[in-house]
Amino acid sequence: MAIKQSRNKTIFLTIVAWAIGIIMFFPIFWTAVAAFKTESDAYSLPQNWLSTPWTLENFAIVQERSDYIRYIFNTTVIVVLSTLLGLVFAIPAAWSMAFAPNPEPRKPTNAKTWLTMIFGALVICFLGLYFTDWKPVNFFVGLALLLIFVVPASLWAWNQNTSGTLLWMLSTKMMPPAGALIPIYLIFNRNGLIFKDWGWINLSHFTLMDSFWGMVPLMTLLNLPIIIWMLFTYFKEIPVGILEAARMDGASLWNELYRVLTPMALPGIASTCLLNLILSWNEAFWSLNLTNKFAAPLSFFISEYSSPEGQFWAKLSAASIMAIAPILVVGWFSQKQLVRGLTFGAVK
Amino acid sequence: MATKQALVLGKWALLPSVAVLAAWSFVPLALTIYFAFLRYNLQDPENTGWAGFSNFYYFFKDPYFWKDLLNTILLVAGTIVTTVVGGVLLALLLDQKFWGRGIVRLLVIAPFFIMPTVSALVWKNLIMHPVFGLFAGIQRFFGSHQPIDWFGKFPLFSVGMVVSWQWLPYAALILLTALQSLDEEQKDAAAMDGTSTLNYFRYILLPHLARPITVVILIETIFLLNIFAEIKVTSVGGFAGNLTYLVFSQLNDATDVGMAAAGGLIAVVLANIVSAFLVRMVGKNLEA
Amino acid sequence: MAVIKLENVRKVFGDAVIIPGADLEIRDGEFIVFVGPSGCGKSTLLRLIAGLEDMTSGVIKIDGRDVTEVAPAGRELSMVFQSYALYPHMSVRKNIAFPLMMAKMPEDQIKAKVEGAAAKLNLTQYLDRKPGQLSGGQRQRVAIGRAIVRQPKAFLFDEPLSNLDAALRVNMRVEIMQMHQDMKATMVYVTHDQVEAMTMADRIVVLDRGNIQQVGSPLDLYNKPDTLFVAGFIGSPKMNFITGAIAEKHKAATIGVRPEHIDVVSGKGEWQGKILLTEHLGSDSFLHVEAGDAGRLVVRAPGEFSGKPNDKISLKPDPARIHKFDAQGLAIRSK
Ligand SMILES: Nc1ncnc2c1ncn2[C@@H]1O[C@H](COP(=O)(O)OP(=O)(O)O)[C@@H](O)[C@H]1O
Ligand SMILES: [Mg+2]
Repeated sequence: MAIKQSRNKTIFLTIVAWAIGIIMFFPIFWTAVAAFKTESDAYSLPQNWLSTPWTLENFAIVQERSDYIRYIFNTTVIVVLSTLLGLVFAIPAAWSMAFAPNPEPRKPTNAKTWLTMIFGALVICFLGLYFTDWKPVNFFVGLALLLIFVVPASLWAWNQNTSGTLLWMLSTKMMPPAGALIPIYLIFNRNGLIFKDWGWINLSHFTLMDSFWGMVPLMTLLNLPIIIWMLFTYFKEIPVGILEAARMDGASLWNELYRVLTPMALPGIASTCLLNLILSWNEAFWSLNLTNKFAAPLSFFISEYSSPEGQFWAKLSAASIMAIAPILVVGWFSQKQLVRGLTFGAVK
Repeated sequence: MATKQALVLGKWALLPSVAVLAAWSFVPLALTIYFAFLRYNLQDPENTGWAGFSNFYYFFKDPYFWKDLLNTILLVAGTIVTTVVGGVLLALLLDQKFWGRGIVRLLVIAPFFIMPTVSALVWKNLIMHPVFGLFAGIQRFFGSHQPIDWFGKFPLFSVGMVVSWQWLPYAALILLTALQSLDEEQKDAAAMDGTSTLNYFRYILLPHLARPITVVILIETIFLLNIFAEIKVTSVGGFAGNLTYLVFSQLNDATDVGMAAAGGLIAVVLANIVSAFLVRMVGKNLEA
Repeated sequence: MAVIKLENVRKVFGDAVIIPGADLEIRDGEFIVFVGPSGCGKSTLLRLIAGLEDMTSGVIKIDGRDVTEVAPAGRELSMVFQSYALYPHMSVRKNIAFPLMMAKMPEDQIKAKVEGAAAKLNLTQYLDRKPGQLSGGQRQRVAIGRAIVRQPKAFLFDEPLSNLDAALRVNMRVEIMQMHQDMKATMVYVTHDQVEAMTMADRIVVLDRGNIQQVGSPLDLYNKPDTLFVAGFIGSPKMNFITGAIAEKHKAATIGVRPEHIDVVSGKGEWQGKILLTEHLGSDSFLHVEAGDAGRLVVRAPGEFSGKPNDKISLKPDPARIHKFDAQGLAIRSK
């Protein structure tokens, strides 16, 4: 506040604020301390953590017992690949909505577009027929779903005016995972999608369950609306005039995007990536349901510590610290941008 | 405004995202609807066919359903009240001038970045454990011999506690951002007019915060309806399960796809009621 | 360098007709100014020429070539934007070099050209700064530098001076005019400021609600406005308009007399009035006069004019300088 504040008030506020800050942070601090203590010291209360010895053994035990390296590797792969895949979809979409917005819903789509879309759906279905065997969701159910839901929904959302499309994208994020869990679970596990042995290659043992093939696209889909929204709000802030100047200067569309737009949007793209990193790093619902070893990320790794085996708190703490430390740092760096991403631009 | 060339290109640039999102939001939903009317149990492959509304019927008759529905509502409502009230106070505090504001901000925001599985286990074991937990230690310090077994006696409350701890920073951060957008001149003008603190809060701050608070409520609702990991890893699903957990356990423990799908649909309906409001809120913002 | 021809150019946004249909020929090497109140469609017209907007219908030709379907890059025009539209992530050097890079000019030539342009615009010492580190006037120069390095067919300016303060604006105005004389290039300049238009233009295009009201040299517009709108828009202070009985005496619906064409006379003039207030500019004084049937008039008097508010005065318009308009607002000219 511009109006000067008395010294006593500042001291009072400092004490209250720090007390609350410390209380909020205390569970994390406590975990961090316990991670460096022996098991028996971790259990003793009140813990005199200054006088008891510090140790790194918990970290070694955690690594040995549950192979932390593997999980953090998995998490990194899923998080990074899904973010990149997300950008591949989101950058063109956000660009389109920010710089070539559609002020009015387009006219009902013409027959040619319909035919193209339906033809596309048919091609996908035939590929599905050739490669897979859906049970009990057979080929025809798949075809029907594509034709009845996906094609019209895509066309509808695609032809909305830009704010309509954006809102629709937001609304897909509202879908509770419980509503999608069953089919996704069945498709992922071998009750659903089974690839055939079609001679030249045998993928009959292939399954999406517990695989990067499943987790990466899934994570992308989960966060795509947020990525698009966030990029959109950043792109919106870039003055169109600058892109027009580039056009006048003879830049091709590629140069306009590559030499002008992208460098200017880089900070926005970076914060979007950070937010996406945090969200996918901490994702638990799908990770717990769809992975168990091979592609399991850190949230799964921690959940293995939910059933006590003897004295395990120091190890639980060590594992927890290893799981949260990287993302906590990222989070601290990107806290300002978070607000924007997590309110879909409704609060700036 | 864009030229024809850009508009055409923009149209096609948008299509891939729209198509995958349409597939993601409609195919699973359609399949869920389809399964909800099937007799389909993974352990009982012989028993197939249409089930009509019986999945829903059994779901509604299941005492767990009503308990879990109530739990869902209590968990969402309790957490929202806690985090919004706490968030307003915390935001007001963090908006003041004091020493080390940046650091306190970092301390306060930290819980939001903690993986749900981690926070649940840390709270259950290190903080709220009836013997070795921090709360038990504090109680003993004040002379109690029977410290409370939080997760045993009050599982829903305990889960709510963990979840509130995670979401309080979110509410505080967003409301703080909103507070900071209240411009200095307005604050100074109010001070010059001799507005009392209470009136300032009542007539200037609260109206200014009304919108962000609504946004916080709606977004938290969306996420809190889907609380899952906290319940699963603390093993309180039987007592403090919510709808999401019930769907999971129908699928995982009872292996009943049909029933689980019926439960999933109910969750969808619930979430849609909330999201209808949210979409409208954000939409208003888009036009402005 | 280039002749730009607009044939029946029409632009509609949704339901709003912004440019109902414009025909215009911009001559080779001329400095033409689009002027009109804000929102009248000047920028839109300029952007249509640039190719940044699509026309609803009509044809634009540059040097006889139909460019209606040609993208901005293919039209070989340069534009200076009101907001400067510099590339914030590039140094001044890169900004100026950008159009040349896009034209795939060899490095050494680019370097020479950029340095030449920078020298001309007094930017040499700023070449390695980012636009964010420059003042408004310097940014404006960079924008101009970026426009001139490429030797385009024509230059388009969209209110390039409106973000500058008054003193700088006058300087830049002179520099742009100087540039035009040196380069003899076709320049299309948009402004809402009629003083800018009058001082800079070879020819002025006056726009009102998307309609071209009149095209002509500054003096033409000043002396022979075709419409009431042009008469009121060009000249400062505004022309006085008189309707009613006095206008009928001249067989017109409205007559107009500029403040500088009304004299304060001793004895009986044509109109009697009472001074309401006076504005002293030093060289001139402007008197606001309540003149009975003639209504409220503004009159230019010499700087040393000593009349005070409430003084009674007599006024005499210069009969040769009375503009007559019919009920539609079109000028009535005797032959
Ligand atoms: N992209 C657009 N969509 C709809 N209306 C527009 C658009 N661009 C400009 N207009 C309208 O066209 C009119 C003329 O705008 P403009 O050419 O910018 O005026 P000027 O440059 O003369 O001030 C204004 O009424 C403006 O609201
Ligand atoms: Mg304009």
